[in-house]
Amino acid sequence: MTEREIKGGIKELSPIDVYMLLPRTNCKECGEENCMAFAVKLVSREVPLEKCPPILKKEKAEAYKKLQELLAPPVREVVIGLGKRSLRIGGKLVMHRHEFTYHNPPPIAIDVTDEMPLHPNPERKDEREGIIDRIRKFEGFSYDYIGKRLNLDAIALRSTSGNPETFKSVVRAVTEFTDVPLILCSLDPAIMDAGLSVAGDRRPLIYAATKENWKEMAELALKYSCPLAILAPNDLSLLRSLARTLIDYGLNDLVLDPGTFPEEGIAATINNFTMIRRCVFKRRDKLLGFPLLGTPITAWLYGEGSMEERAWKEAVLASMLISRYADLLIMHSLDGWALLSVVIWRFNLYTDPRKPVSVEPGLRTFGEPDEKSPLMLTGNYALTYFTVESDIKKCGASCYLIVADTQGLSVESAVAGRYLTAETVAEAVRKSGIEGKINHKFLIIPGLAARLSGEIEETLGGEWRVLVGPRDSSEIGKFLKEKWPPKLDFQG
Amino acid sequence: MGRGEIRRRNEGSIKIGPRLLEILSQLGEIELEDVEIEVEDLEIWWQPGVGIVAPPKIVPPPRVKPTEILPEPFEVPLEEYPGRVEEVVLGATKAEGGTRAKRIVIGGAESPAFYLFERKPAHPPVIAIDTFDMKTSLPRAIRMYVEEVMEDPPAWAKMAVDKLGADLVSIHLISTDPLIRDTSPKEAAKTVEDVLQAVDVPIIVGGCGDPRKDAEVFTKVAEVAEGERLLLSSVTLDMDEAGILGRVAKAAKDHGHAVLAFSSMELNKAKELNRKLYAFLPRDSIVMDLTTAALGYGLEYSFSIHERARLAALMGDPELQHPVLSGTTNAWAAREAWLRMGPEWEPRELRGALWETITALALLLAGVDVFMMMHPDAVRTVKKVIEHFNREVKPETMVDWVSARI
Repeated sequence: MTEREIKGGIKELSPIDVYMLLPRTNCKECGEENCMAFAVKLVSREVPLEKCPPILKKEKAEAYKKLQELLAPPVREVVIGLGKRSLRIGGKLVMHRHEFTYHNPPPIAIDVTDEMPLHPNPERKDEREGIIDRIRKFEGFSYDYIGKRLNLDAIALRSTSGNPETFKSVVRAVTEFTDVPLILCSLDPAIMDAGLSVAGDRRPLIYAATKENWKEMAELALKYSCPLAILAPNDLSLLRSLARTLIDYGLNDLVLDPGTFPEEGIAATINNFTMIRRCVFKRRDKLLGFPLLGTPITAWLYGEGSMEERAWKEAVLASMLISRYADLLIMHSLDGWALLSVVIWRFNLYTDPRKPVSVEPGLRTFGEPDEKSPLMLTGNYALTYFTVESDIKKCGASCYLIVADTQGLSVESAVAGRYLTAETVAEAVRKSGIEGKINHKFLIIPGLAARLSGEIEETLGGEWRVLVGPRDSSEIGKFLKEKWPPKLDFQG
Repeated sequence: MGRGEIRRRNEGSIKIGPRLLEILSQLGEIELEDVEIEVEDLEIWWQPGVGIVAPPKIVPPPRVKPTEILPEPFEVPLEEYPGRVEEVVLGATKAEGGTRAKRIVIGGAESPAFYLFERKPAHPPVIAIDTFDMKTSLPRAIRMYVEEVMEDPPAWAKMAVDKLGADLVSIHLISTDPLIRDTSPKEAAKTVEDVLQAVDVPIIVGGCGDPRKDAEVFTKVAEVAEGERLLLSSVTLDMDEAGILGRVAKAAKDHGHAVLAFSSMELNKAKELNRKLYAFLPRDSIVMDLTTAALGYGLEYSFSIHERARLAALMGDPELQHPVLSGTTNAWAAREAWLRMGPEWEPRELRGALWETITALALLLAGVDVFMMMHPDAVRTVKKVIEHFNREVKPETMVDWVSARI
């Protein structure tokens, strides 16, 4: 196996191939200088083909179709929901993140059932949670991370009642309450039909077609033009067979669920997801070239354990499925402590591996600093910077902050990797233009760079003194309160 | 389609007359019995009759819908790899010149991590639990478990093995830091001896991060713990720059130990360091640390560098064919692991332990062979997952989560 083979689809596509099919008039309507530049961006998936107006004209229909095929990702992109909140899942171009970039972070759907009350009755002990509360909690889940908002994405409506009318009325209530994308879950076509009769115009994902019900589910998917999930637990032959059958039935927007098995089933689960993706990228298996659905919710139904243990197991399963190719997840827990690591890992894994997440080095000012204000230093890893920034703002200090070029690494890694050294600090101070803005020579360095303090003083020379700041920037406020202005008199 | 079989390819089409079409459009579905159609591409289309004024409603062409599941067998996608990861032995029994109850073999991978359809891991990953030779600042979620043994390395090591099931114990000699206590190499070596006495699992010896001091300490420890097959953590290109790498590597070789080659997320640096080490040490005495960044603080870089390193090793790059170790305790560098963040994110003790767990599991799937960890729940969970992977139970049925009441 050579590296080129592993890389698969994306690497084999040359901008020239794409260019040859473009109008080649260099009309600049797409905003690029010429068609070749546009072709390069198309291949790196930075722009959609539709940004080229001439290609959409009738006479170019054939070239447009060919380009669409050429640029189609090996894992089909499927849309769930409509409008602004709709979700794109799949669309994967590579097996491994480092080869290109993973597209479309897997949305997380949280379940509600048609037997949950809309609002819990406080008199009844078995009614802990109401649907509306759950959806409110779901909508309220939000975490600010490097200037991005991390949220949950969809509601999975399950029929536990087994009654079409009950399902229908709950689906209706949910659609009236929220416009969030939906997954309708029932293996009974009559129940699914009832749900679709009220939500079918919102393009929910239908879960799921099985060995038994596939024909009826296929009819529903056609009738309502909705994407359809295939469930074939731990049976990839069945999964492929159903995919072939449903494609021939006229369905293109399929989602594959090979089953998510917690506990000792985790080996089979990861195995199936991995085999499917290898078949797509190594064998060009079109039948398996659809988004994969993982259901960590199954962790709630195995074995014993407290609520916390189950939420823990579910998060563990979710994080592993995110690492191994899931394109959509259905979960039960709404616990912040459990979901936070899952949504952060999802965000991280889907960042562009070619770009270190960094900010521009240089001098920043906070509040209204004067010549007596403190001078601090940090690295240019985006997360480090934004964290420090938010902590400085929180404590309301007026100060200067030098952002050193640590090659987009955190302070700790930069010290270990020798990107943050006495020399680079001195360089950053010199370049910052801080001289003249302050009348003291105290530099506060991060606690995690403490070991550099002596060397920095030596390298900066002159009258510079280094103060070792806190190890975590949440303590900056406290630090400045206690240590600024510095007690030790300047003695040269 | 009955027993008829239709293969669709790229060319050819059947043209259907308008009358048949009319009938078809009324039926919406047709079933052909005992018909075998072998064409390159089945495309059914029609043209609306001349003279129709109003544009016809767009109706999808009638399809011949399958009535039975069309069988498509699945073949397991196996690959061959020219490369294989070295096996490294940690710890030595009496028979092998040490005093450990058993030795641990790591590495030996011949497929990407947990591609179980190809093969099981040659040796399942193992967990070392971190201990320190002095009181150090630890997040509360961890401190509550180790408070009583914090100034007592042998007791700490014993707890790690007896209570938490550590496969190995890592003892970090942070007090040797010239900026902290500047403990002498002799004293540090004594601590290592005490830990070796207290437990019978293989030991990882960590330095303070100052290359010169670490070199002195490792040289002394290597000599005192002759034959125990320690893992010295770590040797770096900084040591090479300071001209002391050879001395440490030679001490490791002379006294039968292995070294951990640390590089900071750069495969070229990792390879360069290994090349330098080959001059002093056999290949089976080198483990790599490619840097573990915490979840939320660059874990994705660690993940990708580990995936790249392992794939390159399997594809035949000899300079990367070494087992890898992750300092997973670094997960606690993330403030989300320990900070009070508001009631919706509580309890933070669980949040932190899960943080360490998920940091470990990401790297488990990227190919890490040894984890250095701390939180008991994180250790327990990762051990369980490794066990499950190793047993590889075939699930018979799936629990019906769709209609289950949770």
